[in-house]
Amino acid sequence: MRIKEHPILNFDHTVKIQFSYNGKAMVGYKGDTIAAALFDNGVRHFSDSVVHKRPRGLYCAIGNCGSCYMNVNGEENVKTCLTLLEEGMKVSSAISEVNDD
Amino acid sequence: MIKRDLVIVGGGPAGLCAAKVALDAGMSVTLVERFNRLGGQLIKQTHKFFGSESQYAKTRGYDIAEILIKELDGYGDLEVLLEATCVGLYPDKVLTIYQDNHYFKYQGKSVIIATGASEKVLAFENNDLPGIYGAGAVQTLMNIYGIKPGSEVVMVGSGNIGLIVSYQLIQAGIKVKCLVEAASKIGGYLVHASKLKRLGVDILMNTTIKRAIGKEKLEKIVTVKLDENWQEIKNTETEIKTDALCISVGLSPLHQLMSMAGAKMLDVSELGGLVPKKTCDYETTIEHVYACGDVTGIEEASSAMVEGRIAGLMAAKHLGFKHPKAFELEETLNNQLCVLRQGPCGEKIRCGLKKAGEIND
Repeated sequence: MRIKEHPILNFDHTVKIQFSYNGKAMVGYKGDTIAAALFDNGVRHFSDSVVHKRPRGLYCAIGNCGSCYMNVNGEENVKTCLTLLEEGMKVSSAISEVNDD
Repeated sequence: MIKRDLVIVGGGPAGLCAAKVALDAGMSVTLVERFNRLGGQLIKQTHKFFGSESQYAKTRGYDIAEILIKELDGYGDLEVLLEATCVGLYPDKVLTIYQDNHYFKYQGKSVIIATGASEKVLAFENNDLPGIYGAGAVQTLMNIYGIKPGSEVVMVGSGNIGLIVSYQLIQAGIKVKCLVEAASKIGGYLVHASKLKRLGVDILMNTTIKRAIGKEKLEKIVTVKLDENWQEIKNTETEIKTDALCISVGLSPLHQLMSMAGAKMLDVSELGGLVPKKTCDYETTIEHVYACGDVTGIEEASSAMVEGRIAGLMAAKHLGFKHPKAFELEETLNNQLCVLRQGPCGEKIRCGLKKAGEIND
């Protein structure tokens, strides 16, 4: 959910950007990173831990922790918290199996 | 390979200030920033800074970022790389920069590392559930993107970040259920804590998080009281319903590039963990590689700015570049740092720097 009124800040949420997440159509705004737009659309589960497949959400949101890696337009392991949302982006949580060896 | 007089890694307060001084001294500078804009974590800081005028007291963090960025306008010899990650630093001052799916090699006659810090995590059962965030992440969501991180937030940690972010949550119209602090004393400035109390936020002292509960995401947390030896007190577990738990238990320096380059590192808990050993000129054990800001020890953005200026000045000086005001600037900046670290609030950093062998008092 977006903040509508704020005593200090003004947010410009006028220019919409259409994208999809696991095939579902979603809308974000210009200036959003992929992670911000997903979060606003109610997505909390961003990735799975490598070995135990535990759900992982956003943790640091500035590119340090690696919890928000996703598949973007077919490219794997994209840090969604640093990557700006673009019109028509296809975002998915599907990743290849990691070999433990 | 692209050769420059100076390559700075990190476009936050320390990196921006280092760039300005080095450019004034006539160096060619490349500034490498991972995010899509400069300013580092200042861009999400809506509070007015404390301190003195030379560190922009009474100015909001994001406005300070604007000032520092504007100061770099008009320098022909500045190259800014955005959405560019430095993934390698080598002892010969070669850097590998990853940008737009390509790797680039740079070599600086000098290198300044100003990578900042990352938020620490807290150990408890289920601490990896979605809905548990670093307090900084919550601040990013709210203040940069205008997104509510949750409807009922619990904050862990009463340091300045925990206190300030709690206040900013309330400003954004979000309920802060309570603030949990394991110690018996507020960690940050009392003025911030008092503000929260006046707004009706419960501050639970001697309390920590026992476990988080939830299937795919956070639904509840269980707190527990601690005795004076930090041991859990039986039968004091309390369940609290929440959809966002913010962890604000300190920061650790992002030391990886310097560790990789083989600079001597020191483990100093008062400075936040692994920091590079450095001289009073901010030079690491690798000649012409400098470090400044939170990566050399966790402090405020105010001191990061001053440290950045000193590092820029020293990088120039050691290569024979003459800053027009080198002499007076060096003295003024060192004095400013002393003032920033005075008093009871500076005790931890003074102690850390002493352990690291940088001050001898």
